[in-house]
Amino acid sequence: MDAIFLQILNGLDKGSAYALIALGLTLIFGTLGVVNFAHGALFMIGSFCAVTLSKILTLSTVTLDPTKTDFLGNPLKVKTPYVVEWFGESTGNAMIDWSVPLAILFAIPVMLLLGWVMERGLIKHFYKRPHADQILVTFGLAIVIQEIVKATYGANPIPTPAPDQFVGSYNVGALIGLDASYPYWRMIYFGFSVTIIAAVFSFLKFTTFGMVVRAGMADRETVGMLGINIDKRFTIMFGVAAAVAGLAGVMYTPINSPNYHQGMDFLVLSFVVVVVGGMGSLPGAVLAGFLLGTLESFASMNEVKGFFEALYLPSIDQIIIYLVAIIILLTRPRGLLGRAGVMEE
Amino acid sequence: MKHLSKTDKSTFILVAILALLAPFILNPFPEGSAMAQFNAGYPDLMQRFAIFGILAIGFNILFGLTGYLSFGHAAFLGVGSYSAVWMFKLLSMNIVPAIILSVIVAGVFSLLIGFICLRRSGIYFSILTLMFAQMSYSLAYSVLTPLTNGETGLQVYNDDPQYLMGPNSSEVTNLFGLEMRSTFTLDVGPWAFQFNLGYYVCALFLLLAFYIAIRIFRSPFGLMLRAIKTNQTRLNYTGLNSRPYTLAAFVISGMYAGLAGGLMASMDPLAGAERMYWTASGEIVLMTILGGVGTLLGPVLGAGFIKYFENIFSKINDTVLHTWFSILPDGLENAIVWVLHFFVGKGWHLTLGLLFMMIVIFLPGGLMEGGQKIMNKIRGKKKNDKDGGAKAAATPAE
Repeated sequence: MDAIFLQILNGLDKGSAYALIALGLTLIFGTLGVVNFAHGALFMIGSFCAVTLSKILTLSTVTLDPTKTDFLGNPLKVKTPYVVEWFGESTGNAMIDWSVPLAILFAIPVMLLLGWVMERGLIKHFYKRPHADQILVTFGLAIVIQEIVKATYGANPIPTPAPDQFVGSYNVGALIGLDASYPYWRMIYFGFSVTIIAAVFSFLKFTTFGMVVRAGMADRETVGMLGINIDKRFTIMFGVAAAVAGLAGVMYTPINSPNYHQGMDFLVLSFVVVVVGGMGSLPGAVLAGFLLGTLESFASMNEVKGFFEALYLPSIDQIIIYLVAIIILLTRPRGLLGRAGVMEE
Repeated sequence: MKHLSKTDKSTFILVAILALLAPFILNPFPEGSAMAQFNAGYPDLMQRFAIFGILAIGFNILFGLTGYLSFGHAAFLGVGSYSAVWMFKLLSMNIVPAIILSVIVAGVFSLLIGFICLRRSGIYFSILTLMFAQMSYSLAYSVLTPLTNGETGLQVYNDDPQYLMGPNSSEVTNLFGLEMRSTFTLDVGPWAFQFNLGYYVCALFLLLAFYIAIRIFRSPFGLMLRAIKTNQTRLNYTGLNSRPYTLAAFVISGMYAGLAGGLMASMDPLAGAERMYWTASGEIVLMTILGGVGTLLGPVLGAGFIKYFENIFSKINDTVLHTWFSILPDGLENAIVWVLHFFVGKGWHLTLGLLFMMIVIFLPGGLMEGGQKIMNKIRGKKKNDKDGGAKAAATPAE
């Protein structure tokens, strides 16, 4: 029972990342009809926003401390981060410690701008081109972004820890009479992604802007004929989708040290999530994200592995997601929550 | 050969000359000169030219003719490699059974995948093939470790059974005793031309693959595939089921990839999962697009182009750049080197990505279209071309 509970938790935080990326992907597909192969790259850029901010915050002045000397008798060099000088010892150090959550504020404008530039500068010109061209150009863009990040930040993962308060784990199981301790930050990640998902949904559901966007998703032409500039709103939605992917990346840094190819790694799984949930269906993406995340962590349980071993089968934790996706696509082509008739041919 | 039209025949002969004389053509700079590092006439690279050429030709039969963009072709390449290495492990180091099996296994594998993926078209098809390729990668990397040797990669060990191995049989990959690695070096003055048996095996397969591709392009079957690309709905309304045709194209191109994988293993008896990663599939797409989708010669050119520049660009480092620009004033030299340094050496993929984007955005026909445009400019053919374009535009309306 404990193990099962733990696997559910495990699945939820993996699922959160899938759900957030897939939400952005399906949002772009639903509004603009473009499959964005560069979406994983946006997730990766989000992670590197956190890295950049923590680097900026730790920029230091070097002063010589005459009271201490190293073993050669020279005065010791002391590095003082600028933020410590400006905001005082405690505030400055707290800012450095909290660089990952602070990076959220940094990442939102960056990602919105990046999304806007991407849509206006590149993807706009591809609406009338065949789908294959859209895939190819965004794939090319993904390579370019990945290589730029590699050239700037190097090929090794850069550890970016969470604030000190959230290091360690908490026995969540105790709340319901079980024994399962779980890292703080992963719980925060789950809560964060639920908040973001709720924010995106309420933005679409309860604001006039969101209403227009939903109308545009249903029937772009009619909305255009009503005198609404739907293209502009869709561009903003592209920015929002980029921001969602970016935030998913920012908060993921303490869980997985950012490296330049993590975008590509997540991209394929996010596609699977989108397809299983139903192309263009937002609730579908979220549902499928959590579902597949949980399934994946269950398949990696030792008990499940042992069960397969007993049957002389290889353990399938690495491919369970794909197997489920294939079964779903064969039996229900439009995906779990996809609208009938959308992408069914 | 006599079935080919005049232009096809000349294209084929061109490719044949290029392929058979490659050791001369790719080795234009004398040994020891500063430019010698731009020579590509050594066996390893030439083999890769031919192998990736085969791969791109096969991919082009699917994407160029039917318009179905597969993002999972590397899976077939990997399957081909694995089956070839298994043949080496079980029978002997003779490449004939290895290549035969790799083609067959890749064909069966692509039949299975194609059967499922081809229920869909457009974006959905691309995502499905991508999914299958990733699944095959995971299978090879971890799930099927007994078959694929997982992370380490499959290779031939001394204690493998090798049932057909005689006492005098060669320990390296061979064709009935002729070793793939055997190389004859012809020294002409300062030049050293290398004739590698393995390369010529690959080149012959390339020519065979190219010939079959020409026949497919010009056959009624090829026309049917083009019809699918142009307007599948209309084709379906005429009462034709297009599925068998797309499936056949998918299997053929999967077999091409299997052949390439088998050859790859024959040149170097190793097979690893990283050959199946989806970015490897992306590379195949890059080659085909770069050369020119739907043209006969394009994919071969694209494969050669990418493999050549990958090799050359990786060799250029900062020191080389500094020697090139040493004539310039120091500040300018450093600035230029600093900028270029992002694009050469390890930055080759950045250059490739940018180049690829440029091609997709401005020149969807790839290098072939670019070459044609330039030729037309030189010949001043603009008028004729317009007439041709008008005619072509008029045809579908009839």
